Amino acid sequence: MIDDSLDDVSITPKRGFFARLKDGLSRSTGKLTQSITGIFTKSKLDAATLEELEEALVSSDLGVRVAADICAKLKKDRYDKTISADDVRQVLADHVRAILTPLEKPLVVNRTHHPHVILVVGVNGVGKTTTIAKFAKHYRDSGHSVLLAAGDTFRAAAVEQLSVWGARLGCAVMTTKVGGDAAGLAYSAIEKARADGIDVVLVDTAGRLQNKSGLMDELSKIRRVIGKIDATAPHDCVLVLDATTGQNALNQIEVFRAIAGVTGLVMTKLDGTARGGILVAAADKYAVPIHAIGIGEQSDDLRPFVAEDFAKALVGIE
Amino acid sequence: MAMFESLSERLGSVFDKLRKRGALNESDVAEAMREVRVALLEADVALPVVKDFVATVSAQAIGQNVVKSISPGQMVIKIVHDALVELLSDGGDGEAEGLNLSVEPPAVIMMVGLQGSGKTTTTAKIAKRLQATERKKVLMASLDVQRPAAQEQLKILGEQVSVATLPIIAGQQPVDIAKRALQAAELQGFDVLMLDTAGRLHVDNALMSELQAVRSFAEPADVLLVVDSLTGQDAVNVAEQFSRQVGITGTVLTRMDGDGRGGAALSMRAVTKQPIKFIGVGEKLDALELFHPARVAGRILGMGDVVSLVEKAAEAVEIEEVEKLQKRMEKGQFDLNDLKSQFTQMKRMGGMKGLMGMMPGMGKMQKAMDGSGIDDKAINRMEAIILSMTPKERSKPDLINAKRKIRIAKGSGTTVQEVNKILKMHLDMAGMMKKLKKMGGLGALAGMFGGGGAGGPPMPPPNMGGMMPPGNMPPGFNKFGRR
Repeated sequence: MIDDSLDDVSITPKRGFFARLKDGLSRSTGKLTQSITGIFTKSKLDAATLEELEEALVSSDLGVRVAADICAKLKKDRYDKTISADDVRQVLADHVRAILTPLEKPLVVNRTHHPHVILVVGVNGVGKTTTIAKFAKHYRDSGHSVLLAAGDTFRAAAVEQLSVWGARLGCAVMTTKVGGDAAGLAYSAIEKARADGIDVVLVDTAGRLQNKSGLMDELSKIRRVIGKIDATAPHDCVLVLDATTGQNALNQIEVFRAIAGVTGLVMTKLDGTARGGILVAAADKYAVPIHAIGIGEQSDDLRPFVAEDFAKALVGIE
Repeated sequence: MAMFESLSERLGSVFDKLRKRGALNESDVAEAMREVRVALLEADVALPVVKDFVATVSAQAIGQNVVKSISPGQMVIKIVHDALVELLSDGGDGEAEGLNLSVEPPAVIMMVGLQGSGKTTTTAKIAKRLQATERKKVLMASLDVQRPAAQEQLKILGEQVSVATLPIIAGQQPVDIAKRALQAAELQGFDVLMLDTAGRLHVDNALMSELQAVRSFAEPADVLLVVDSLTGQDAVNVAEQFSRQVGITGTVLTRMDGDGRGGAALSMRAVTKQPIKFIGVGEKLDALELFHPARVAGRILGMGDVVSLVEKAAEAVEIEEVEKLQKRMEKGQFDLNDLKSQFTQMKRMGGMKGLMGMMPGMGKMQKAMDGSGIDDKAINRMEAIILSMTPKERSKPDLINAKRKIRIAKGSGTTVQEVNKILKMHLDMAGMMKKLKKMGGLGALAGMFGGGGAGGPPMPPPNMGGMMPPGNMPPGFNKFGRR
């Protein structure tokens, strides 16, 4: 039996956003927080302490370079001075927030687009289809009409998966046969949305590794074909990243941005033990806006990205 | 293959620096180790694994007096290579390990892993492989009642690879499905039952206990953890949690056709203490390979597939022949028959070009070969020359006078100069054998084929980890020596 997590939403007690984010991220931050607390009981910032801190950051997938940068900064300001674990957390949080704040950008529907087209891309298994369902619910709840285009015509049962979501959410789902042309499907979906006066079209795509050039070309084709019906579309192209992904995520952003014209990121699965530090490395390197983060399996667990909350939660500040 | 490309490149540049230096001091080695550390971390190898690895390698490098050795760079590379093999095989022999199918059928294989790691696709790939290459009758069942349409996905994949799937009964719970699947497998005489479970976040205790329940009920012969090789530092947590809470007998790494980092591969064995059994190398349902730790280590270090090369050598070389040759060598005997049998071995291993293709620095080598005129044709001609000699002449080359040389040249369609070349080559090698006998070691074998009498090409630098003794021997020849 397929579980009906959407129905669970109503019985889940509503908590403040920060509480939920912290809850979701707490597993992510547990280890980093622990390491920081463990490291800075010694109270003085010396070379050994800095190295341990750098390792703690690397363990959170911040990447060697960003970790080294942060430590260098800390070293410059505080070397050989007394510093408490709380101080370190604060400095870290400030640093992370400074990197991420300019990139906060909720994915807002612009009704003047008739329809607003959102193309969702990513490698296999990152949670594209689920993320689409979450966005769809969010838009539906805010009073927009939504059409889903089941453009993953490759993976067995992907179309069925989106159809199940569509039925649960009461959104129309446009499908084609397995192995069908995703670009053509997207085109028809936009055509239909126009005719029916639908506000948002969410276009799902098959997962693909960024180093498969044939599959990546297909993405640029989808973009081209969408552009034929509306030169300004797709209005957003969202790359979904899995929080468990390591340094490869940087390469994903680079290639998907170059080929599919990615305009923003969504990071999923932050409720696991993965720390999502790669988002900091990504922000530092590519400065791509971040729309939302997924912190749970329920359909309202997709949250707008807030740099300050993320930074605090990442380093474990109450 | 893209696999491990970027890690391979990073390490390659570290090693290139080492090779260029004639002498190394301790800070050079320390510097190289720092670079190795960063290279591994950027390839997403888990930090604790990296730290252990670097500590081990550093300790060995110091312990073995790398600094004082003749080719310190090579020593460091060899130590790293051996440590990589050790890391990937953990005391194993570096060979691939398959499934535990030698149980009373049906052998149950349970697939576990995080969401989106590729469990369902891997399930179908393994089923296809077992059915096609091992002639097993396989039944697949999906216990994934979480993700919408997951059971349908397995059913569709089953149709694609012509493997039976358990009929779906809506609303049935995982343990009940497992029961039904086991019953069906027993009644219908399936050899293997593959249970695909729901993808989950390992922090989810409810789902973990569901896995435990399935496990204790189905008593699987194998519990395979499917891990996405693009996973970052979290791979350690995943491996630890699943190992501890469910218990696994091996891992499958998916998406090894990604951008070539694959650091998770290096972490998995170290953390789970279980072998990596398969790797997924593409979206097609036959894109599944056995995992050969030693070969992967070679690939990572940019050494070409030296292990496959040696394997080929082992296939081609007849042990008795080698032992015979070895005995003769020990006595300092080496006649034209021996030379010929070496040519034959070489050809059996795919000829010069074939050998070079499996070796590192192949591009450079092939150029050198083209320039030197030693190619497979040359070997054929040399063989023809020896074949045109009488058995007596072959065992006692001293007999060959000017008149005989003309006859041999005519018989083999070559010239007297070429006959002379062979005789000179043999003389050089025989001299080497005598030297060897005096020294009582194999080290003197080194110059045998290098820049010696044959006018052959300089052989590649011995940068093949433990595969070759220092010197200029072609691959496979040391194999003769060792057996």
